[in-house]
Amino acid sequence: MSTNLQKPLPGRLFLDHILAQLPDLPDPYSSLRAQARAQLAELGIPTTREEDWKYSDLSPLLAHDFRLGRELSTSVCAAEVEPYVWPESRGSCAVFVNGYFAPQLSNLSALPQPLLLVPLSQADASWLTAQLQTLASEDVFTTLNTAHLGDVACIRVPKGWQDGPPLQLLYLSFASEAQPILVQPRCLLFLEAHSRLTLIEDYVSLGSGIPFTNAVTEIHLADNAHLHHIILQRQGSTAFQIGKTAVRQSRDSHYRQQALQWGCQFSRHNLEITQIGSQAHTDLKGLTLLGGSQQSDTYSRLVHQVPHGSSRQLHKCIVDGSAHAVFRGRVLVCQAAQLTDAAQSNRNLLLSPKARVDTQPQLEIFADNVKCTHGATVSQLETEEIFYLQSRGIPQAQARQLLTYAFAAEVLAGIPLATLSQKLPQLNPFA
Amino acid sequence: MISENSSPILSVRDLTAEIDGTPILRGLNLEIRSGEIHAIMGPNGSGKSTFSKILAGHPDYTVTGGQVIYLGENLLEMEPEERARKGVFLAFQYPIEIPGVSNVDFLRTAYNARQQHRGLPQLDALDFDEFVREKLSIVKMDPAFLERSVNEGFSGGEKKRNEILQMAILEPILAILDETDSGLDIDALRTVANGINSLSKADNAILLITHYQRLLDYVTPDYVHVMEAGRIVTSGDKTLALELEERGYDWIRDQDPAASLTL
Repeated sequence: MSTNLQKPLPGRLFLDHILAQLPDLPDPYSSLRAQARAQLAELGIPTTREEDWKYSDLSPLLAHDFRLGRELSTSVCAAEVEPYVWPESRGSCAVFVNGYFAPQLSNLSALPQPLLLVPLSQADASWLTAQLQTLASEDVFTTLNTAHLGDVACIRVPKGWQDGPPLQLLYLSFASEAQPILVQPRCLLFLEAHSRLTLIEDYVSLGSGIPFTNAVTEIHLADNAHLHHIILQRQGSTAFQIGKTAVRQSRDSHYRQQALQWGCQFSRHNLEITQIGSQAHTDLKGLTLLGGSQQSDTYSRLVHQVPHGSSRQLHKCIVDGSAHAVFRGRVLVCQAAQLTDAAQSNRNLLLSPKARVDTQPQLEIFADNVKCTHGATVSQLETEEIFYLQSRGIPQAQARQLLTYAFAAEVLAGIPLATLSQKLPQLNPFA
Repeated sequence: MISENSSPILSVRDLTAEIDGTPILRGLNLEIRSGEIHAIMGPNGSGKSTFSKILAGHPDYTVTGGQVIYLGENLLEMEPEERARKGVFLAFQYPIEIPGVSNVDFLRTAYNARQQHRGLPQLDALDFDEFVREKLSIVKMDPAFLERSVNEGFSGGEKKRNEILQMAILEPILAILDETDSGLDIDALRTVANGINSLSKADNAILLITHYQRLLDYVTPDYVHVMEAGRIVTSGDKTLALELEERGYDWIRDQDPAASLTL
């Protein structure tokens, strides 16, 4: 079939413009990149006509002329980075600027042995190429990330490793006012059997320009591995972010995620979790906190492939101003996945009459002996609750803030960052 | 305690109020002076809980007539938080649960709001902790409750004790206790009643809203008022409560033909 008879795919101009900028590096990963570039030539940017994107219009993203982010790590000083390093991770923080590893801004001294291998030249190339792109599905944004493969945060946690200080991956984007930039962080995390890790994946923007962060994180948990994964999306209000977290879980593994997003003008978080070993447990907690005209879309897909798996998902959205939050969560229980125990819940708090939430929890069950529940609620702050606090002398604005915090508390509980609530602007009732 | 040196705290005259167009209060009159304990009794739906919420400033009720003077000022013009800072306290029949906010942080926020209004120093977390621990004994509360989320997972009795603890901390001039005795077993009732008695002073006043007489076995009111169809239909001393217990609310309706007509 001749392609020139069809309409051009949407977003081709945008993609071609980026493709033309991608460097061709002579290293063991060049064929991986070339393959991705070839795939990209056949793909378009999704529109709201596609089911998976029907609530999120990407045309504001396509309106910008993005250039590849440059390596600027020498022009960013430690004092600029310092406020974003969590005290708990002072000696276990790897900093990336515009996707490039910045060793002089990183401090990994508290890690007893090197877990993290960047840049690419240090990693075992044959192992890494075999792993990359085997976990994340190949949609246009993941393929774009692969086509631009640079400094991969490659983490191999050895067998039996016991959790130390939380490992922070601090991804800074730095766009000048004059030039919107594309930043494409990539992380591969491999937890070997019986190991435990706490990871903080943290997105921050510096500068007043427009960054587009297109991030991909791929995670494999071997038998009985435990990961506590904290994702913080706190870029400035001009930023765009599309991120993917792809997780594959072996037998008896535990994956616990707490994902908080309160930055960006537009953000999308794609989750792809697959349980391939029995008795795996997945615990997903998410919080989307929006105001002004922000938009954020969480799209999760959790697949139970084998018996005796369990999962819990709780996603909360707090939406103020004329902001728009989307939650779409699919839990798929395959025919073989007997005795699955899955529960999914989405709860939303609207703080203004113009705030909007679209929610679509979805269960697809092909096994016949399972315990699965799901549900969604949308609410506002209760007059009775505000009145209770006012009757104790607390002003209405502070009362609202306190109750908003109370709504979010369930998602925040257990995050090992003592100063976290101070960084959540809308959520600090005792400031 | 009724005293000659008392000063007026609350004066309610011909108060009428409604919710969603339905009249609830139909000309209520009440005078409360310092040092006094008043009890308002009445059957369900007589408007006694509504009256307590209107005094505290609940936004769902609309005052349609009459006036409420508190310490010489028009109470109805004040926001709920302003009333609280000026010394009006309402112990809720159903206290609200606030997950994720520790009781001690909540109590300190409320305390400091009141201190600020009075021009008194605010307490930091450390000093407040010391201050609040002294108050715990008034309601025999376990210090562990301070670190728990406000009212979350508290039993009915624990919630009511927490209300009286707040009263002890905020030192109100007018404390309104809405059905504080409901749902309490006899031990919890004694504890709560002892707390109320110890907080009753010559310069404050307490208004008890109750359906039953049994709280009044432990907290002796100076005045007992009976509400019926949005008005106080009869007032007396503590013996009125005993008589009501004996004869039931129908006895009041028989005494006051006007009240039964409005039903």
